[in-house]
Amino acid sequence: MKDAHDGPILEIDELSISFFTRLREIPAVMDFSVRVMPGEAVGLVGESGCGKSTVALGVMQDLGKNGRIVGGSIKFKGQDLNTMSQDELREIRGSQIAMIYQEPMASLNPAMKIGKQLMEVPMIHADVSQKEAYDRALQVVTDVKLPDPKRILDSYPHQLSGGQQQRIVIAMALMAEPSLLILDEPTTALDVTVEAAVVELVKELGQKYGTSMLFISHNLGLVLETCDRICVMYSGEAVETGDIEDVFDQMRHPYTQALFRSIPLPGADKNARPLVAIPGNFPLPHERPPGCNFGPRCDYFEEGRCDAVERVPMETVPGDERHRSRCLRFKEIDWDAPPLNVSTKEKSEPGRVVLKMDELKKYYEVAANALFGGSGAKKVVKANETLSFEARESETLAIVGESGCGKSTFAKVLMGLETATDGAIVLDNREIQDIPIEARDTKTVADVQMVFQNPFDTLNPSMSVGRQIMRALEIFGEGKDDAERREKMLRLLDLVKLPREFADRMPRQLSGGQKQRVGIARAFAGGARIVVADEPVSALDVSVQAAVTDLLMEIQREQKTTLLFISHDLSIVRYLSDRVMVMYLGHVVELGTTEQVFAPPYHPYTEALLSAVPIADTHVEKKHIVLEGDIPSAMNPPSGCPFQTRCSWKQKVPGNLCETEVPPVRIMADGHQIKCHLADAEFDNMEPVIKIAAE
Amino acid sequence: MGMFILRRVGVMLLTALCLTFLVFYLTNLYPNLEKLAKTQGNFRMSDEAVASWLEKGGYLQPTPVKYAEWLGVVPSYRFEAEDGTVTGRCILPGMEASEAPRYCGILQGYWGWSTVFRDPVSEIISTRLALTGKLMLWVMLLMVPGALIIGVLAGMREGSPLDRSLSTFSITTTATPEYVSGVLFIAVFASSAVGLKWFKGTATSAMENATFENFFLPVLTIALYGMGYIARMTRASMAEVMTAQYIRTARLKGVSFPNIVLKHALRNALIAPFTVIMLQFPWLLNGVVIVETLFNYKGFGWTLVQAAGNNDIELLLGVSVVSVIVVLVTQLISDIGYVYLNPRISVT
Amino acid sequence: MEDLTWTGSLGTFLDPLLFVLVPLFALAVVARILLSFFEPDTGTQANPDGTLVATGGIWSLSARIMTWLGAALVVLVLLYVVLGVVMGTGAGILGGISQRLTPVWIALIVTFWVSIHFKRRLGLYGKLFDSTIGMIGFGLVMFWVFVAVFTGLFDWIATHDALSQVSGMKNKGPGIPLRGAEQGEYPYYLLGGDNLARDVFSRVIKGSTIVIAIAPLATLFAFMVGITLGLPAGYYGGKLDTLLSFLANLILAFPVILLFYLLVTPEIVLTGLPQYMGVVLFAFPLIFFGVLIQSRFRTQPEKNSLWLAIVLIPLFLAYMSLINEDGSKISFWPLDFFDINAGILVVFVSVVFVNSPTVFRIVRGLAMDIKTRDYVAAAQTRGERPWYIMLWEILPNARGPLIVDFCLRIGYTTILLGTLGFFGLGLPPESPDWGSTINEGRKLLSIYLHPALPPAIALLSLVLGLNLLADGLREESLRD
Repeated sequence: MKDAHDGPILEIDELSISFFTRLREIPAVMDFSVRVMPGEAVGLVGESGCGKSTVALGVMQDLGKNGRIVGGSIKFKGQDLNTMSQDELREIRGSQIAMIYQEPMASLNPAMKIGKQLMEVPMIHADVSQKEAYDRALQVVTDVKLPDPKRILDSYPHQLSGGQQQRIVIAMALMAEPSLLILDEPTTALDVTVEAAVVELVKELGQKYGTSMLFISHNLGLVLETCDRICVMYSGEAVETGDIEDVFDQMRHPYTQALFRSIPLPGADKNARPLVAIPGNFPLPHERPPGCNFGPRCDYFEEGRCDAVERVPMETVPGDERHRSRCLRFKEIDWDAPPLNVSTKEKSEPGRVVLKMDELKKYYEVAANALFGGSGAKKVVKANETLSFEARESETLAIVGESGCGKSTFAKVLMGLETATDGAIVLDNREIQDIPIEARDTKTVADVQMVFQNPFDTLNPSMSVGRQIMRALEIFGEGKDDAERREKMLRLLDLVKLPREFADRMPRQLSGGQKQRVGIARAFAGGARIVVADEPVSALDVSVQAAVTDLLMEIQREQKTTLLFISHDLSIVRYLSDRVMVMYLGHVVELGTTEQVFAPPYHPYTEALLSAVPIADTHVEKKHIVLEGDIPSAMNPPSGCPFQTRCSWKQKVPGNLCETEVPPVRIMADGHQIKCHLADAEFDNMEPVIKIAAE
Repeated sequence: MGMFILRRVGVMLLTALCLTFLVFYLTNLYPNLEKLAKTQGNFRMSDEAVASWLEKGGYLQPTPVKYAEWLGVVPSYRFEAEDGTVTGRCILPGMEASEAPRYCGILQGYWGWSTVFRDPVSEIISTRLALTGKLMLWVMLLMVPGALIIGVLAGMREGSPLDRSLSTFSITTTATPEYVSGVLFIAVFASSAVGLKWFKGTATSAMENATFENFFLPVLTIALYGMGYIARMTRASMAEVMTAQYIRTARLKGVSFPNIVLKHALRNALIAPFTVIMLQFPWLLNGVVIVETLFNYKGFGWTLVQAAGNNDIELLLGVSVVSVIVVLVTQLISDIGYVYLNPRISVT
Repeated sequence: MEDLTWTGSLGTFLDPLLFVLVPLFALAVVARILLSFFEPDTGTQANPDGTLVATGGIWSLSARIMTWLGAALVVLVLLYVVLGVVMGTGAGILGGISQRLTPVWIALIVTFWVSIHFKRRLGLYGKLFDSTIGMIGFGLVMFWVFVAVFTGLFDWIATHDALSQVSGMKNKGPGIPLRGAEQGEYPYYLLGGDNLARDVFSRVIKGSTIVIAIAPLATLFAFMVGITLGLPAGYYGGKLDTLLSFLANLILAFPVILLFYLLVTPEIVLTGLPQYMGVVLFAFPLIFFGVLIQSRFRTQPEKNSLWLAIVLIPLFLAYMSLINEDGSKISFWPLDFFDINAGILVVFVSVVFVNSPTVFRIVRGLAMDIKTRDYVAAAQTRGERPWYIMLWEILPNARGPLIVDFCLRIGYTTILLGTLGFFGLGLPPESPDWGSTINEGRKLLSIYLHPALPPAIALLSLVLGLNLLADGLREESLRD
């Protein structure tokens, strides 16, 4: 399949794509140009709805019934894909351009064996025999580092874990050694440590096969790790393109700058160097402003100039051929000036202990065979194993861990949706671990509230925003009558900085960030003192994340709330939490202040986690630790130390201690504890994972 | 797998017991028995005479006891007249009481005596069931492939003209119950008023010798109503599968459209309709009863109407048992088949 | 008087048009279907210069021809209707029928005009008017609703009494003038007379009132039962779910026709069993509304009692009147406002009984799905009671599929009622309901078509309308 072709592999020129609905034409991508050279990896970065996936589908000429390319050209190795017939396109798809998507489970045919799905590719394109195709499949599965390739080829997709499935999807894409690989958020659905391994694999294989890549992601850090060049998109347009270092260190577009200022990088701090949220909302495709799309949210907006042109042209940055920006004023802006209107705040001191966990345990009994269960063996799942910690007034305690670590179970037990198996939860000197929520008094229920992860799911879609908050007020016994409750509800909307008109809106009329604000308002309706925030911002766009995080911090400061912040994202945890608790498969493996946890000595899992989180800062050097395999299932945990199956330090522990015994809790320093068998000397010799290079 | 089947069979038996008891209870309500007594004895019987007639037949025992006797798990009732002659369910005419077996319920193979046809129930049911079996076979042969083809063709390109026309067709057939379509067919194709006379308006002759002319209309009438429903299910399932991510993956792998439909979509799309086809049986039985009445085809459904209409208790019980068991067995097959079709469910 | 022809004086110029248009249209439809097998996947293609080209040639041509012929047919049919209204029997039988239906046409026009005018403000109902299929379905359904209402309440449309027999009209074909018609009496049997010399047209029209009165109401009761039991089964799961699901499957495994034959007999009515079932089934709306209000106003006792009183007292009185009947097994309640015919009651109860398990299964499935949502978790964490969550958090969000199923189920209930009539179960033998009329008509089907076909077509069109309506609703609720 490798034909001699020099020049760009993919050349997109002034591409415009629109979707047509019954009511109107919605432009999804406008005037978009990018060029991918052989062997090069180009990152396409932007928030959801900016059109980055549409570009990818446009390249594949697969826009569905309503989507149409309305202008520009897409040249693949010099041929225009727009004018190709369906048959010609089919020749190219899969053999020369391959694509990898976000949801690995969904992209594999559930009723077809993996082997057959892989073998199909060479059998269609290279017209090879069954035997040759099988050999090729076996080889590629070995290349993507899956254990026991023969067995894998003979299994169905559902029999593999998420990480393995994504490796199969990658293998399928590489079967015909394509010249261009399009990756659409390939790791978003995976856990951080698994993501790190998959990214590593993609990079390695890209080099091995010499494949060019178009890497679509919302994660700047991930793009930095994988790509050579980057293209930042905003509302259907490319706003800045260039070499990755240029764009990261010398950005020349206000949106790129605002984006970097709104993500928590090492060194950001909620008090001294808070994040700067981008004001306003992402414009809907049919409500774009005149002139510069970013204008209304831009700090450098100049009326009568930025909104006077029909479309801001893309211009080359002087002195750098390959660096282009779509801004009228980029030559006038002082790019090194510190952000305006940043207010630093006093650090608030944690008060008395309000919540105490003492050796809390939660075990579940599940039928061994979930589907046809009922009779047969029962299995005990240890969702939480001896959880002990204290949380103080106006303190933020972060609970960090990947899927299956037991953080959600813990939240359920605390809220009273489940009762504890053993141990105690002490709230204001009262033990509440055995009181289910129906038996708790209103005050207790109102005191401990929760903010949920998915903004699209957190509000009842068929009840107005105001009614939902009023219902919470009713339940918490706030206010004497409806009029008083309505007044209180409006004040809660003020508190979360939403306009009062929103009271009568339905949730579907709100954006994700606004819904999340309503969720926060609802949680604080009864004057909550302890708020469990379960990944409250992870489903939001980067620019909105900062604003919602800020809001939470501000309310916390005012109301002296204790915040239990559940997250898998170490960057945001480092930014806002006072203390951090790292969990793995139901165990607390490390607990300490933020400084203690983010500096050596680490628990080996914390170390790996830190190494896995991509950081969007070119000055950061990370120690490279890739964990083997997947997170074991909580139904079937490993013996001894839960982390022993993936631990890179295991051989430093003498004997088979790790496999046989659950490690003891070791006190490393004041308030810093680690659950590990490693010797003190090993801990002392640990190096920091993240080093910030001197500027 | 064995465990799973065993559990399903257990539930099925329990269901069958409950249902037959329900039928037994409903058929043995006092007004029904009274009517029975009057039709068997004479219509001007006094209340006392009815009571003594029922007493003699053992009909006045508590229902659970009667049910157990009918099942054949307790010895059946015997009545000793003042003259010493013993009569009872098990004692056939001309048989000595001592020779007769003590248990005679359906477990022993004794299904009772039909008062309308004056034949043993088991005999009637087996002949009638065979006739209906013939009808159902042709219905299935017409309905299932037809429905699946329509469904797949409609669902593979949602919104296309082909989809719209086929969907309209299937909606129309689901809106046409058998007694409407049957009447329309007879009117158009069999009546002398229109004069086409392509087919026969009655299927009585098809009991012996089924030909296209006398058998096609009843088969078509039953098949059409079920066909629309299955086709709609298949279409929905197919349309959903066609929008799945893995179909896009296949398309972007360069698989051609016919191969996408045949290799990637079909199996996934047929999982849901399979269950539907099997669960159609209770409905099909409905259609069978209507069509057999309409076309005067003396099969199982016709027998049901006769038994129910003439208060033939034992025959009605027999018919109910058979139909309940047919329904439950198809449900069992559907459950097991579903597990086989769907690799995502593993039974270990 | 002369016999009426089908189209009367209109026939001379409109009929030939019809005979040309119908085969042409059928041909166009078939051609379109056959062509669509080979239609390319994308309807349009973009050129490098940005212009769009629709896939031209034979495909768009066939589509256009079909549209035009279809439009012409619709215009023609409208002509028949409009001219019929003006000319009455001058335009033949169709003209006569069309004229009798004038109030229905007016009501339909008003309904559609108002709905389309305000469709953006009417939510899902308004969106229905964006879908052709939905509009056709809605039109058919409303046609029969208006027919039933005008006949049932004002006795407008039918030409004769549904039960009275006129000598000499036995099995007479459509359009035959009434022998010895008196002054003021409608001079024709528009659709002929049946084997008892009754007017077929009037019987079909009167039959609609029975269906329109029973089917939606029975479906509504089935939904009350299904929802009240399905929500807790899906929400709690566990033993309760196992038990309720077992019971539901028990009823579902029962062949419907057998159940009807066992339940809907005069003997069973004598035992009072249907009444006892009614006592249970009709209690569900009381339970449903009681719990609905109680869970909502739990924290405000005053409001709670007020609402409970407003809603439950009338419901309770209606309930008691419904289940009590003089001279039957249950007749203890003094304030018995109305009695329901025992035959109708048993039909009603069995139809509710047969439909509830399916509704139960749907609601249970929806509840199991929706209970995993975060807003349900949010309600749990603020200490809401289970019934509040089920009725106010889960149920409103399950409304889309439930409304669609409601329409389908009314259609299904209509079919069931027809089946009952067809077997002569329950309803009085003289009753003009469609099932009974079809049953009577079918006996002479090979000679006389006119008594059986009109009720068959009426039933078909109503059920088809409901199915199309459901389809339109489903499509529109899935969109955006």
